[in-house]
Amino acid sequence: MKFITAIIKPFKLDEVREALSAIGVQGITVTEVKGFGRQKGHTELYRGAEYVVDFLPKVKVEAAVDDNVLDQALEAIEKSAATGKIGDGKIFVFDLEQVIRIRTGETGTDAL
Amino acid sequence: MKTIHTLLSASLLVGLPAVSGGALAQEAAEAAVEVHKGDVAWIMTATLLVLMMALPGLALFYGGLVRAKNMLSVLMQVMTVFSLNALLFAVYGYSLAFTEGTPFIGSLDKVFLSGVTIDSLADTFTDNVKLPEFAFIAFQATFAGITGALVVGAFAERMKFSAVLIFSVIWFTFCYLPICHMVWGPGGYLLEDGALDFAGGTVVHINAGIAGLVGAYMVGKRIGFGRESMAPHSLTLTMVGASLLWVGWFGFNAGSNLEATSGAALAFINTLFATAAAVLAWSLAEALLKGKPSMLGAASGAVAGLVAITPACGSVGPMGAIVIGTLSGFICLWGVNGLKHMLGADDALDVFGVHGVGGIVGAILTGVFAAPALGGTGGEDFAMGAQVWIQTWSVIVTIVWSAVVAFIAYKIADILVGLRVPEEEEREGLDITAHGESAYRS
Repeated sequence: MKFITAIIKPFKLDEVREALSAIGVQGITVTEVKGFGRQKGHTELYRGAEYVVDFLPKVKVEAAVDDNVLDQALEAIEKSAATGKIGDGKIFVFDLEQVIRIRTGETGTDAL
Repeated sequence: MKTIHTLLSASLLVGLPAVSGGALAQEAAEAAVEVHKGDVAWIMTATLLVLMMALPGLALFYGGLVRAKNMLSVLMQVMTVFSLNALLFAVYGYSLAFTEGTPFIGSLDKVFLSGVTIDSLADTFTDNVKLPEFAFIAFQATFAGITGALVVGAFAERMKFSAVLIFSVIWFTFCYLPICHMVWGPGGYLLEDGALDFAGGTVVHINAGIAGLVGAYMVGKRIGFGRESMAPHSLTLTMVGASLLWVGWFGFNAGSNLEATSGAALAFINTLFATAAAVLAWSLAEALLKGKPSMLGAASGAVAGLVAITPACGSVGPMGAIVIGTLSGFICLWGVNGLKHMLGADDALDVFGVHGVGGIVGAILTGVFAAPALGGTGGEDFAMGAQVWIQTWSVIVTIVWSAVVAFIAYKIADILVGLRVPEEEEREGLDITAHGESAYRS
């Protein structure tokens, strides 16, 4: 099992959710986050005062998937989140040791 | 169409002594005194408009510019200082500002409004046309209130609430009242000198701007100034506030004509056009210099234009007003940028950059555009050079007087309670630490 964390542009969230649903991913967790990468921040000017805004708003999407759908899931996120412009985000993949469905006590891929 | 209420009441006649030649002459003079219902309705409406400028106009304009943790402290300071000054105006302010005394301050004849009754009358700019004195006092009380409230923007986000109140009482008493008397009071020094200040460029705006600047120096910079982000928390509210100020300012300027006549119409149209010009001027300059025109810039431009047309609105023509508005937009943009950096004070909400600078620009340009050749209302003997000098002198007197009194007032507040809140409280925000509440909950 793998754990996918994707940082994407906020307005791409719906497309990513739909793409993941389409390949059978059963659930995702979404968090509003801030950060910077190569896109860096921007400056804001209020009368005479200039402030550098280092952290831009992004959305973090997390999903746990079975190994055999990993490639499909990565492709789905990559395609649906892309605009081709700087700031599209990144996808991180981790090994996932265990999953437990709290209601039933199922574990492993059964719990996905 | 004009409803005229002749004030020669039966009781007045009965009260007259045995008829003699002198009494008849007096009777004739009394008979000519008129109170117009239209004037009374207008001045009371104008009073409400000035109240709306302060609450919620100025409060929201300022409040939107601070960080969310200090929102309520600014709203609270504006509301309390306005109320405090208005009350003090009734207790002794009206008497000291608007009775005859010396050229610099009035007398104590009307403290606690003694002798003022429902039948008392106040002068207008037309001989024998009067207003109920109560209406005039209420109108002037709102001016006293908003002037004190303007100052709080300079030391926002770090001054102790008790110190704000102590400063306000002292400055109101020893600065606002004398300047008000000098410019508008009977026998006032600057009035007799010939200074033109229709609605309060010196009395209200330069006065408050200087007091704010001195405060910014004396209270010191906010913790993290220039390093941490102090971006406005709601420019939406700032825009709402600026717009309420604009609407309310028609009461401030056109109301200062006291009568609902063509003079009020002139001030009215000037208040509209000068402000529109200043909005566009500030935005254009920002777009050219910084690349983007900002909403905050447009709102600041509106206030700058309103401030600058205040002294001029009764003595310049609409085209003169547009020039004054345009110049104020450009110059005040410099006031909150280049000039602000040169001064090196943390005037948090640019009370000096907008009100002080805009007031000076307006006061001096009044001497230019009052010229009949430029569409102003100056008479045939109007001399621009001389008038500009008189205007400049009134500006200098106001600056020096306000700066000295403000310095002393802050010093006294510092000795009594200390000017600043402790660092920990400043970091947590004044809403919680000074007032025990938060503006927003998630």
